[in-house]
Amino acid sequence: MPGWRDVAAVVLVFGVIVLLGEGARQMTGPLAGGHGPAISLSPAALPGYTLRTVLRMLIALVASFVFTFTYATLAAKSRRAERILIPLLDVLQSVPILGYLSFTVVFFMSLFPGNVLGAELASIFAIFTSQAWNMAFSFYQALRTVPTDLDEASRSFRLSGWQRFWRLEVPFAMPGLIWNAMMSMSGGWFFVVASEAISVGDVQVALPGVGSWVAQAIKTRDLAAVGWAIVAMSVAIVLYDQLLFRPLVAWADRFRYGDVAAQACPRSWLLDLFHRSPWMQHACRPAGVALTRAAHLRLSPGAHGRGYEWASRPFSRRAGDALWIALCAACLTGATVAVLRFAAPALAWADVANAASNGLLTLLRVAVLIVLASVIWVPVGVTVGLRPRLAAWVQPGAQFLAAFPANLLFPVVAFSILRFRLDPDIWLCPLMILGTQWYILFNVIAGASALPTDLHEAATSLRLRWRARWLRVLLPGIFPYYVTGAITASGGAWNASIVAETVSWGTTNLSAGGLGAYIAQMTARGDYPRIALGIAVMSIMVVGANRLIWRPLYAFAERRTRLA
Amino acid sequence: MPGLAQPAMTPDGTKQPGLTAPAPVLELDQVGISFARSSGEPLPVLDDIDVALREGEILGLLGRSGSGKSTLLRVAAGLVRPTAGRALYRGAPLEGPAEGIAVVFQTFALYPWLTVLANVELGLDASGLKPDAVRARAMSAIEMIGLDGFESAFPRELSGGMRQRVGFARALVSGPKLLLMDEPFSALDVLTAETLRSDFLDLWAQRQTAIEAVLMVTHNIEEAVLMCDRIHVLGGHPGHVVATLKVPLARPRNRLDPAFRAIVDTLYGILTARLAESAGGAGTARGAFGLRLPAVSSHRLVGFIGALAAAAHEGHAELAALAATLMVKPDELFPVAAALHLLAFAELEERTIKLTAAGRMFALADDSERKRLFREHVLQFVPLVAHIREVLDEREVHRAPRARFELELEDHLHRADAETTLRTAIDWGRYAGLFSYDDHSRTFGD
Repeated sequence: MPGWRDVAAVVLVFGVIVLLGEGARQMTGPLAGGHGPAISLSPAALPGYTLRTVLRMLIALVASFVFTFTYATLAAKSRRAERILIPLLDVLQSVPILGYLSFTVVFFMSLFPGNVLGAELASIFAIFTSQAWNMAFSFYQALRTVPTDLDEASRSFRLSGWQRFWRLEVPFAMPGLIWNAMMSMSGGWFFVVASEAISVGDVQVALPGVGSWVAQAIKTRDLAAVGWAIVAMSVAIVLYDQLLFRPLVAWADRFRYGDVAAQACPRSWLLDLFHRSPWMQHACRPAGVALTRAAHLRLSPGAHGRGYEWASRPFSRRAGDALWIALCAACLTGATVAVLRFAAPALAWADVANAASNGLLTLLRVAVLIVLASVIWVPVGVTVGLRPRLAAWVQPGAQFLAAFPANLLFPVVAFSILRFRLDPDIWLCPLMILGTQWYILFNVIAGASALPTDLHEAATSLRLRWRARWLRVLLPGIFPYYVTGAITASGGAWNASIVAETVSWGTTNLSAGGLGAYIAQMTARGDYPRIALGIAVMSIMVVGANRLIWRPLYAFAERRTRLA
Repeated sequence: MPGLAQPAMTPDGTKQPGLTAPAPVLELDQVGISFARSSGEPLPVLDDIDVALREGEILGLLGRSGSGKSTLLRVAAGLVRPTAGRALYRGAPLEGPAEGIAVVFQTFALYPWLTVLANVELGLDASGLKPDAVRARAMSAIEMIGLDGFESAFPRELSGGMRQRVGFARALVSGPKLLLMDEPFSALDVLTAETLRSDFLDLWAQRQTAIEAVLMVTHNIEEAVLMCDRIHVLGGHPGHVVATLKVPLARPRNRLDPAFRAIVDTLYGILTARLAESAGGAGTARGAFGLRLPAVSSHRLVGFIGALAAAAHEGHAELAALAATLMVKPDELFPVAAALHLLAFAELEERTIKLTAAGRMFALADDSERKRLFREHVLQFVPLVAHIREVLDEREVHRAPRARFELELEDHLHRADAETTLRTAIDWGRYAGLFSYDDHSRTFGD
């Protein structure tokens, strides 16, 4: 007798499959007239557009997982590959994505001329890059910290490399990986909205989706349409969270290593539904069995596999290293020469100076905004974090706000600036931090919740005044969490500057100057060498800020608050 | 479980007369292990170890923590390649984990995301058997070890003793000939450990498994005498076999049996003699940096002297009795005793520890007098602390970075030893009032 759970589960699954199929069919349609189908602003079309947007996110997520499993595994297993791959990942995490969107669009569209698939791939690639680097890093670190006794056990029972990967390393890394995927997903919505309406020089593409809906609404000055887009996006984010990520996080909890009994055991109504529905259990059993069989395959070259780990002779190892370094140096010089040859004829030193001064302006803005956001949200976060019941509903709210793409709100702000005749130089700046300030808030909330209760019980029993309590107990306690949030917020602010420092409403274009506006203007003009210059300057600034400010700050925070 | 060939040994481990000895199950032939120091030179950890394990015997490797016995076990398991010598399993050289060898780990090494049944089935992953056969063997192993009913439980739901049973089941499911155990009962409480030991000995005595020989690593003297037929005592730097003892007692063995106690006392004597040696001349001969300091805080030292000087002991006691009175394991007592011997506040003899004149003065003095005495002895007997003080005096600003001493130590000691030694030196130097240390800036000062 089918229970209500069975029916609910079946309806959900079939509904999702139908939606996915419909979206996929539309994706490979021809590119009409080289500019894509016209975006209709009628609310009835909005659900379809939202579906397309969500589909792009899903595909990018799958691609990120595939990339993570290959790239991070290679970096963790091969010492030589590690020396290249990890610094590369570091730099890639800091390069502003919207900057090189212009290059990737042209590249992908040239691969599939006349088909909308090229533009789709460019948009998906932009989302992919916002998640893949973080996830690869998290997986790499998990692979490096596999517990020794489990590793020894698997080696002593002669598990092959393939078996070890799927039965030890991936399960161990799973909780961190899923959590990281969820966090970087929040940034992904921003990029998918920003990358759907692409205009680079005379290449104009508007992919069906919420982002191009909003771009169309901006062109026709339709504020109500922007409102509808905000509603649709909120619904999409909530559904994504409830139907995909919360169940995944709850499922990944079984792989948690360590005896720490988490007070907040992640629960998901969807996962419970699936677990308790007999039909679902039956339907998934064949797939489960097949996957388990696949993971149990030996797939090792010899009958006994490799017993000892690679023990190469020191001389050949050093010769191999020298060769590898020579090869990398050759590639690096080749790349530098190619870049110079591309950029040198079109650029003059005046351009570099211009870009650098713009960069400093944006740097100043980002610094001021981070300080302002910290001053406002750190006290709020600490106060909320110390009260568990309050934190239980504020934290998901803050996570939602962090995921919500702030660029959907930009047209509203542009409209207000024009309406009330405000100065764009000042009033456009907060847009940069609008979406990313929430990272500071929810990280500080997490830090305050994680503060050991005995530390602030001691503060209370010593009757510390509020100043001493804050300066000596609370702020140092949440410091590492704050730094994590601030790093994410500042990185997000740099990315946002490209779409925040110049905003349009109808035919009016508001610009606040700065590096983001520079890159956006050059993109609109299609001036590739200057786009490259702008990206280079921004990357240098972000990497520099990372190395000189954030990393030392994080190391300092860790050292000071370590108890063991 | 698969049946056994006719045993050549009687259950209590003695050889039957008239049978020729078969080839050893495991042979370690002049095995040595060195680690590479940061300067590139090899640092020997184990040197010239010869072990031959025959069918039907349980061999124990006894030694203090850090004597290299776990590393030796990993050589036997094929997890670590020896830098010198070779390991032979049934006459053939060992090239990695081999079929027929199984390991039981100190920390159980269970996969938290697998049920008990799945964890045990892991032991047969490399065998290539069909899933049905694997399941059947896993179920019978679980039954043999006494955990039937718990097949679908996860490790986090089980107590320590039950987790180690799962570890045993996983090791036994593949029907190994050689069982290697790395301090299998040391992570368990006393009662559970006792139960598991007797259960294991029952399995061994009744020949319910295909195991022909067992190699066990332990730091617990009584456990070694209770379980093993032969005991190798490891010690020294680099580690080598300092003594071999046979335990010809019949099983089940009684802890109160005089013969049992005699063997335990002999082992105590050997170990305390090693303690005195390592704390004394051997280290200083290598200069300031070769001396390994035990990880004992000044607080503990002072407390121990107080306990020793108390009326009950009047300044001298047998280590075993002292451990019993203070209700600590003997292995915890050894480092403190070694530290006191090093600082010449006490003397380690045969099996006893005795306060020296300085030690007795220390016990009776007040706090500032104690610090003065401690300062004198530390400067005289711990070259590293004297060296730090010297360096601070030489410099005008009286500051020195920690990294400088770390580098000097790492030339002579293994990295973990260097860190422990430096930490202990900082602790003792601070208590003696010889210098101060700031962990944020990692510098020594006045």
